[in-house]
Amino acid sequence: MSGVRVLVGTRKGAFVLTSDGKRDKWDVSGPHFAGWEIYHVKGSPVDPNRLFASQTSGWFGQLIQRSDDGGATWEQVGSKFEYDGVPGTHQWYDGTPHPWEFARVWHLEPSLSDPDTVYAGVEDAALFRSVDGGQEWQELSGLRDHDTGPLWQPGAGGMCLHSIILDPTNPDRMFVAISAAGAFRSDDAGKSWRPITKGLKSEGIPDPEAHVGHCVHRIAIHPSRPDVLFMQKHWDVMRSDDAGESWYEISGDLPTDFGFPIDVHAHEPDTVYVVPITSDSLHYPPDGKLRVYRSRTGGNEWEPLTNGLPQSNCYVNVLRDAMAVDSLDSCGIYFGTTGGQVYASSDAGDNWAPIVRDLPGVLSVEVQTLP
Amino acid sequence: MIRVVLPAHLRTIAKVSGEVEVDVEGEVTQRSVLDALEASYPMLRGTIRDQSTQKRRAFVRFFACQEDLSHESPDAPLPHEVAKGTEPFLVVGAMAGG
Repeated sequence: MSGVRVLVGTRKGAFVLTSDGKRDKWDVSGPHFAGWEIYHVKGSPVDPNRLFASQTSGWFGQLIQRSDDGGATWEQVGSKFEYDGVPGTHQWYDGTPHPWEFARVWHLEPSLSDPDTVYAGVEDAALFRSVDGGQEWQELSGLRDHDTGPLWQPGAGGMCLHSIILDPTNPDRMFVAISAAGAFRSDDAGKSWRPITKGLKSEGIPDPEAHVGHCVHRIAIHPSRPDVLFMQKHWDVMRSDDAGESWYEISGDLPTDFGFPIDVHAHEPDTVYVVPITSDSLHYPPDGKLRVYRSRTGGNEWEPLTNGLPQSNCYVNVLRDAMAVDSLDSCGIYFGTTGGQVYASSDAGDNWAPIVRDLPGVLSVEVQTLP
Repeated sequence: MIRVVLPAHLRTIAKVSGEVEVDVEGEVTQRSVLDALEASYPMLRGTIRDQSTQKRRAFVRFFACQEDLSHESPDAPLPHEVAKGTEPFLVVGAMAGG
């Protein structure tokens, strides 16, 4: 029987949650790398037993771990992330030039075709690639060297490259998103990049036509329709139908369009999920009610999903990398909270139940659908 | 033989318990001790000092013989007791956070 493996990164370690296709009974393993911040864990689509984990610490820096047995055992691989050439400066919060400094790996994106190739999105924002299973890392410096690089500024959480999307129909096309620089696309396998921000409007940017400076929180696609992008921006839920050439707002009837994660149903390219958060200064759900919102129309019309989620006194957040979908029929949706709960729905969001309630604050959630 | 005491998280990474011992050729300094430590335990590269600049990480401190040696030159000789192996070289994670 098929099953799922949920990979959870938390502030104090990684956890692996497994279940069969029914998704009602769960085995929990962890903490792996106890005491360390695990920003992200993700498996290779080519070899699902190969997992990569970003293990990081304000004291001891960045480590990368790899498992070749689905998370049962781990091997430390390479962690030397060196910017290509002289890194130069970006803008600091106060607008002054600030040297590019590596802080941590936010996101690991394994290749769709090669189990030894994996991309890393880092803070200060840059994209790295390993072609040997994580032993050695090389920067794809065409991104950071873009003309706008010296103008990029950090968001409140740091200047992080947090979203990496590989186009399953075109190996040369990639998308990345950076807080608070914006979104970028490459059409030559990561050598060169350009901003894809036309149509984004961000309060506080003096030039409404500015290519960079937008605080993009997350972008997502459906693999069958990679020219359609969905974006949760700092404020505004946005959509592009032309691979990012232009964007339009689909916030519609959401109670608030501030939030972090966004994801797409595995079998319905126009079914989209967000978790509205009160505001940029109140990082918790409106009215103390944890509600996932689902649109079945590709945006604008949204319905709250509440069955099984706390509807009073709930003041957790759901971070940008902490939502994922499986590809079982029916589609499972998963998300983790800063309060340490991981919720799962095995019916596309109609009903929810916690898999675990008391983990450390959840930084990331990924799910693998296993044969 | 130089005795080195690592903080708990780095003992886990290095898969050791208690003190570790390293051999140092020539003068015993922070740099030569850390070079030897990283040669024996390559998984520690980058955790104590930056892999590119070799600078001590900001929240890591070095102590020996009741002295804070964190701001000493990496090439300054360590105390005689460390070189003789009668006192350990302590790598300490700064107390901060939770």
